Amino acid sequence: MDELLREYLPILIFLGLALGLAMLLIVASLVMGAQKPDSEKNAAYECGFEPFEDARARFDVRFYLVAILFIIFDLEVAFLFPWAVALKDIGVFGFWSMVVFLGILTVGFVYEWRKGALEWE
Amino acid sequence: MAEFWTGYGLPTLIILAQILGVVIVVLIAMAYLTYAERKVIGFMQLRLGPNVVGPFGLLQPFADALKLMLKETVLPTGANRGVFMIAPVITFSLALVAWAVIPFDDGWVIADINVGILYLFAISSLSVYGIIMAGWASNSKYAFLGALRSAAQMVSYEVSIGFVIVTVLLAVGSLNLSDIVRAQERVWFFIPLFPMFIIFLVSALAETNRAPFDLPEAEAELVSGYNVEYSSITFALFFLGEYISMIVMSAMTSILFLGGWLPPFAFAPFTWVPGVVWFALKIAFILFVFLWVRATLPRYRYDQLMRLGWKVFLPFSLLWVVVTAGALIAFDWLPT
Repeated sequence: MDELLREYLPILIFLGLALGLAMLLIVASLVMGAQKPDSEKNAAYECGFEPFEDARARFDVRFYLVAILFIIFDLEVAFLFPWAVALKDIGVFGFWSMVVFLGILTVGFVYEWRKGALEWE
Repeated sequence: MAEFWTGYGLPTLIILAQILGVVIVVLIAMAYLTYAERKVIGFMQLRLGPNVVGPFGLLQPFADALKLMLKETVLPTGANRGVFMIAPVITFSLALVAWAVIPFDDGWVIADINVGILYLFAISSLSVYGIIMAGWASNSKYAFLGALRSAAQMVSYEVSIGFVIVTVLLAVGSLNLSDIVRAQERVWFFIPLFPMFIIFLVSALAETNRAPFDLPEAEAELVSGYNVEYSSITFALFFLGEYISMIVMSAMTSILFLGGWLPPFAFAPFTWVPGVVWFALKIAFILFVFLWVRATLPRYRYDQLMRLGWKVFLPFSLLWVVVTAGALIAFDWLPT
């Protein structure tokens, strides 16, 4: 086996095994457990009420905002990973380049903080 | 044919055996984590905890698992059936595959990839999908709100976890998990990077939806959150997935900060104990802290949770990345 295959084949096999195990458990439970569905049992749970509307309703826009902020900062982390590993090679110049980059992002962060994007009242 | 056998067949079989071994150990560890949780919290509240099934209640987890297997799988009428059934499978499988790269001892690792920590980070990010899919597919208001909360909480704390990992990487200079452990031979990273160790531990609690950040469960308002419509084995798979990811987070903490398989002192009586035992002890200790926290602290409010994540941990960990990098550059301590 070549190097790449030796490193990544186990992960593929592991993933297949885990998916297989999960599905096996579901099938085993479907076979072993008694299945007696009725319309009341299968209705969506709503504290004893009949569910009165579809659950795919509007939700708070702040969840969306958190998702967008997350993308920005997670990308930033993704940029930091190779930088952190290679800092020895790129030295002081690399360090200050990243400080400038982080500084720009911090300006954005301060802006969204001031605008109240991080408030959950 | 013989060449194919020695080249591919035999190595694949060995890999398969290793994976099965790890899966069995992880599943048993997870079963006894649920037992330990009930027992530890029981004793902290002056109760006995489970003590009926088997000696000291030791067979309780297996009785629970069997009971859940034999229950009816309810498929809600309004649900999106395919997605509804796939969500628990995804949660469970993702929690399990993280173990492919964890080094249990020097060289005891199934896939020694050179981007190990990135792989773990990616797997823990992907686990949000299981929760979002479960909440959306259930077509139930409680499940939907629980999933939204859970996802927002997990992504918020993931950012600080990312920065914490970057600080450790600065001190190691490699993404390989075994290299990260070997870099701690002189001093475990929780001493020089103590604030980041605390941030990682707290973020790990939030990332795995554990108390005091178990808002998605919130029995009182959301009747247990995104998995409210799940029953039987589909519920059990979520439960298994959550507990396995708790163990994964503890393993990550001990690899990043507590020296993985390394003994606390590198001399005689400590070096006799095999590394895998030290690793297991460290994981057990961090898991005990998780349970201890759950028995001690009241639950956070949602706005407090978000404030802690975005306004305290994020700026602080970002600053600490710059400080660490600056110090390493200034004193020329960077690893080669």
